[in-house]
Amino acid sequence: MTTPLLQIEGVTKAYPGVIANNNVSLTIGRGEVHALLGENGAGKSTLVKMLFGLVTPDAGQMVLDDAPYTPASPEAAREAGVGMVFQHFSLFDALDVAENVALGMSDPPPRRDLAQRIREVSEDYGLPLDPAQIVGDLSAGERQRVEIVRCLLGKPRLLIMDEPTSVLTPQEVDLLFDTLRTLRGEGTSILYISHKLEEIRALCDHATILRHGEVVGQCVPAEESAGRLAELMVGRRLDPPTRPRSAPGAVALEIRDLSLPPPHAFGTALRQVSFSVTSGEVVGIGGVAGNGQDELLSALSGERLSAPGTVTLDGTDLSRKGPEPRRLAGLLAAPEERLGHAAAPDMSLSENTIVSAAGRQGLARRGLIDWGAAKDFAEGIIARFDVRTPGPGTTARALSGGNLQKYVIGREILQDPRVLVVNQPTWGVDAAAAATIRQALLDLAAKGAAVIVISQDLDELMEVSDRFAALTEGRLSPFRPTEGLTVSEIGLMLGGAHDMEAAHAH
Amino acid sequence: MIALEKRAQPSRVWAWATPLLAVILTLVAGGLMFAVLGKDPVAALRTIFYDPLFDAQFASYSRPQLLVKAAPLILIATGLALGFRAGIWNIGAEGQYIIGALCGAGAGLALYPSDSPLIFPMMVLAGALGGWLWAMIPAILKTRFHTNEILVSLLLVYVAENLLASMAVGTLRNPDGGGFPGSRNLSQWPAAANPELIPGTGAHWGVVAAIIAVIFAYILLQKHLLGFHIRLAGQSPRAARFAGVVPERLVIFCLGLSGALAGLAGIFEATGPAGQISIDFNVGYGFTAIIVAFLGRLHPIGIVLAGLLMALTYIGGELASFMLGIPIAAIQAFQGMLLFFLLAVDVLTNYRIRLGRREVRA
Repeated sequence: MTTPLLQIEGVTKAYPGVIANNNVSLTIGRGEVHALLGENGAGKSTLVKMLFGLVTPDAGQMVLDDAPYTPASPEAAREAGVGMVFQHFSLFDALDVAENVALGMSDPPPRRDLAQRIREVSEDYGLPLDPAQIVGDLSAGERQRVEIVRCLLGKPRLLIMDEPTSVLTPQEVDLLFDTLRTLRGEGTSILYISHKLEEIRALCDHATILRHGEVVGQCVPAEESAGRLAELMVGRRLDPPTRPRSAPGAVALEIRDLSLPPPHAFGTALRQVSFSVTSGEVVGIGGVAGNGQDELLSALSGERLSAPGTVTLDGTDLSRKGPEPRRLAGLLAAPEERLGHAAAPDMSLSENTIVSAAGRQGLARRGLIDWGAAKDFAEGIIARFDVRTPGPGTTARALSGGNLQKYVIGREILQDPRVLVVNQPTWGVDAAAAATIRQALLDLAAKGAAVIVISQDLDELMEVSDRFAALTEGRLSPFRPTEGLTVSEIGLMLGGAHDMEAAHAH
Repeated sequence: MIALEKRAQPSRVWAWATPLLAVILTLVAGGLMFAVLGKDPVAALRTIFYDPLFDAQFASYSRPQLLVKAAPLILIATGLALGFRAGIWNIGAEGQYIIGALCGAGAGLALYPSDSPLIFPMMVLAGALGGWLWAMIPAILKTRFHTNEILVSLLLVYVAENLLASMAVGTLRNPDGGGFPGSRNLSQWPAAANPELIPGTGAHWGVVAAIIAVIFAYILLQKHLLGFHIRLAGQSPRAARFAGVVPERLVIFCLGLSGALAGLAGIFEATGPAGQISIDFNVGYGFTAIIVAFLGRLHPIGIVLAGLLMALTYIGGELASFMLGIPIAAIQAFQGMLLFFLLAVDVLTNYRIRLGRREVRA
């Protein structure tokens, strides 16, 4: 047996008040796809940043190809043969593919050669890409290909991928996995970071599981159940959300022929969106971000007004009413962006209750804010939704993503909405918090409210929703019952093909 | 290597300690500057900060001047601060101050020489209305055509200054003034005068208005939903929209209120300390109030303290240049130091200083 490609031994990294990595060791063999598994805050990012030269470890050592590996910068890491594809792309919309690739190279070849090499790499690895296309016109999957091609041109021996599938449709995920398997076949090692257990079981040869900055397990993912992996990751059993299925009630919210122009140059127009939700029901709206999710939420929350008759709650036309009258009528919303949209970062949790609960919870009477009541309401949210924070006087930005998300969703749920719209309710949230939030949404529906969940996370939508539709380029597909829906059918709905006939031509 | 690290929460201790630290740093740096200029630093600092208030010889004149100069600064800065909190930048308070004085004085002089007790209240209302109208120009242009209120309000200052000059030598000129520019003396016309209310304090109706404005602004910002929405819109515009704030209405309200308060300051000045409308009626209160607003951290109580401090450095500075022969430029540099240190040490409220190796944080 040959020596492994990368050995990490006893690496420790501490920040003020938190040990991000404590004595972490792992080994990646040549041509191995190694999964790094853990919740948000488990220390995955810190470990990867050390590998990519962005952070220096306090203690421990790394060995790459039998030589000590201490990259001082990403450039040094790249030279040593370590490439990384980040979760958030760093591409310029206004430039074409070749120009974007050239910008990431220290010594780019002439444009014609570069275009040729991009074409070669994209053909070799099944990453269809046109070097002359403007990046602004590309889908999220295609943008990711640009990043991958950019890495592959550097001929890495180790490729790090940070949550690569979070922006992809199921079909795009399959394509990506084919590419990664080709790379593995050529002897390239891959460090694959994710919290999607099924993907890891399908793709990865080994897995290292981190919790609270420490390695809590090593395994061959295909030999473990997803449930077992989740337990290792979270440290306790996670019960899937449950609820009694109830008979459909009366129509609560009706959306009819809702069309809106894009709010800004990079926005998406809504095109004749129509659907209705009954009380006691959870409907899921899936789709890759940037296909009108934010725009749909704004149109429902009242931040943007639409033509008369397009938004009706219990028979009352709300389309021309702003957020506050809609809240008073019972239509509440929780936007995707926690900091800066759902909550003001520099305001305390008490103050942030006023953002959406001033009228409906009676926190302000004749314009005068009752700060005592606001504090009580904030404390109620903190207690009911297990928000980890020193208290209601803490500023919103001091909370972790998961805790703030619990607060933001809790703030709306505790207002007893008739209809609740949530966008990406568990994005970037650890598994335990996500489970709490999903259960809370189901409990809300069980009490007779109608819930609309807009999400990119298909597993989440399968878990909580009764009916499912896809939002693609501002158009909403017809709803289909979630039960019995297969992943490939969903993928086709997301691809914009609304029936199977069109799919066969695909 | 010295590095700044953002605090998870703004430090409450530093929020209060930084003004004190800034004053100490200014005293040290300013004293050094005066020493380099060959002046006794202790005497210079004493002349600027102590003599105007407590020296037997100067206090009788200087002490009332403190309120006379601070009142318009505080009145205008309070209005500006509300807008600044919301991210609405009225830079043209100087123009609104002039137009307020012109409208108020014009409304009064139209009825000269009536002795009705309603004259003065009517002039005050007309002054507020004039400032409000002048501020409505950038407000409506912004909400309708998305113009930049900073530019429009600033440029309107120059329009207002020319209107003032034209009025002082034309429409509002004193018919009994022997052809000299400038209006009738309003402070000597009992129905229009804005006298010193308590002798020896300098307190006129403008001081009363400033106190009321500060209390009103304090309650608005701390207790009222509108004040909350103002703060919210300034910190996170998207969250404000989500809360149901209509940005256009906030622009109209904030510009209108700051314009009205500037107009009030203008008419109180014209009927009181200045006494008349003259070509050089405006002395920069509208611009200095911007500094006062930031110096007071856009907080009503802070603005009171900042307004008093600014007024004191003006009065004391004049005294020091007069008594000790310190150049006016050095006095201005000293005032600049105070501002510089106040704003510079402010960074400690939101950041902590770390000594050691720099690195990229997770």
